[in-house]
Amino acid sequence: MDHRNLQEAVITTENARHVRLAARLDVKGPSLIKGIQFEGLRILGSPKNFAKSYYAQGVDELIYIDHVASLYDRSPSGELLSEVLREVFIPVTVGGGIRSVEDARGLLRAGADKVALNTAATRNPRLITELAETFGSQCIVASIEAKQRGPGSWEALFEAGRQSTGLDVVEWAEEVVSRGAGEILLTSIDKDGLERGFDLDLIREVGRVSQVPLVASGGMGKYEDAYEILRETTADALAVGSAAHYGRITFDGLRRGLIREAFAVRPFE
Amino acid sequence: MSKTSTHIVDYGLGNLLSISRALEAVGSGATLSDSGDALLAAERIILPGVGAFPVAIDALEDRGLISVLRLAARQGIPILGLCLGMQLLFDGSEEFGYTSGLGLIHGRVERIVRLPESGALRSTHTAWRKLEWEENVTKSLHIKGGNPGSLYFVHSFFAKPIDSSDIWATVDYGGLKVPAVVGKLNVWGFQFHPEKSREAGLRLLESFVRQT
Repeated sequence: MDHRNLQEAVITTENARHVRLAARLDVKGPSLIKGIQFEGLRILGSPKNFAKSYYAQGVDELIYIDHVASLYDRSPSGELLSEVLREVFIPVTVGGGIRSVEDARGLLRAGADKVALNTAATRNPRLITELAETFGSQCIVASIEAKQRGPGSWEALFEAGRQSTGLDVVEWAEEVVSRGAGEILLTSIDKDGLERGFDLDLIREVGRVSQVPLVASGGMGKYEDAYEILRETTADALAVGSAAHYGRITFDGLRRGLIREAFAVRPFE
Repeated sequence: MSKTSTHIVDYGLGNLLSISRALEAVGSGATLSDSGDALLAAERIILPGVGAFPVAIDALEDRGLISVLRLAARQGIPILGLCLGMQLLFDGSEEFGYTSGLGLIHGRVERIVRLPESGALRSTHTAWRKLEWEENVTKSLHIKGGNPGSLYFVHSFFAKPIDSSDIWATVDYGGLKVPAVVGKLNVWGFQFHPEKSREAGLRLLESFVRQT
């Protein structure tokens, strides 16, 4: 299939929802890490190299999460971030350890476009509103880490999946939006790192109530997983970690596949 | 002070580093500045902005930059507003009640509400889109060969110029025609983020730097 046909496929779905493809970089200090269900974190290399490689593959966005920042009550390093993002001209969401307007401001100055809140939001939901009123809702991502508790029931956890909140994920999703979050990053802890597909039920249920863009995260292993989640749910964006880090998919391959399946993505140019 | 390069207005809001790196990538120096004297001596000014309209106006006001930007516009210094920076160029915005803007382009900024068609459901427009240039646009910012490629949009409010000739390019969001490039005399605005739009955005920034 040549590029001309690919372009035509996009035009026919012009008014369909536009799907964004994000590479998810989980970092610990200067290293890119990845675990399975948030456990057994392995060091994979330099986040900067991965960021550059995904940019070259044509990824639409980066999601950069400092997994241990909130555990140690510190904010992610703006210096490290700005180094990772050098020569990467796409939107970047940064999360982990953000507890105040000043933390967010520092990261936005260091190259972040959006800040993702989890721990601080569950501890102090008013922070979402405060940040939205300062930086605009489009800048505030509610990161929700979901653990299944029963059929059709998930609990939001925080501190990298270690701490219980007692919050029902679907209710919490509605609340964060009403408080001003402009996007939801929804990660299935159960599916994370397994590369056996997204949690369809979870993404579907939250998609039903979300009035803001929904990023599905956790479980992508092969191209078909992406087609499935986009057909079965109203997810607006996909976050891919392991499958890209271990080279099982590439973002240009994913884009090509999505265009072939008639999803509206940024066309090849 | 000598006339040097591109000045990015530093008023505590906006992704200044990303913009200055994007300018570096297209071979232009950039200076971050919150000084009226420096801005009035600039070759061109970029007004960034991420955040809420009233907060941004307050931040400009606190630094005495509202009158500086109005004066710079009157003096013919090219000014380019990016995203919220573009919205600030207008008469005012409905974000969190009505707030007056710089008034350099007539019109107001409104919330994206129910869309005319069912295609798009979200109140925040987050997407990569291609521009549709208006036919009668002055060509000074027009990229040779037409469309530069997809550009990254993320906004919940959009600007509505009173004079339709101030609209240079639009994008379609589920039936809503969103002004994406606006321009009046020496003042321009991009609703998208050229500094976050890969090569397509860099080419538009380069065009602004080269042609002004």
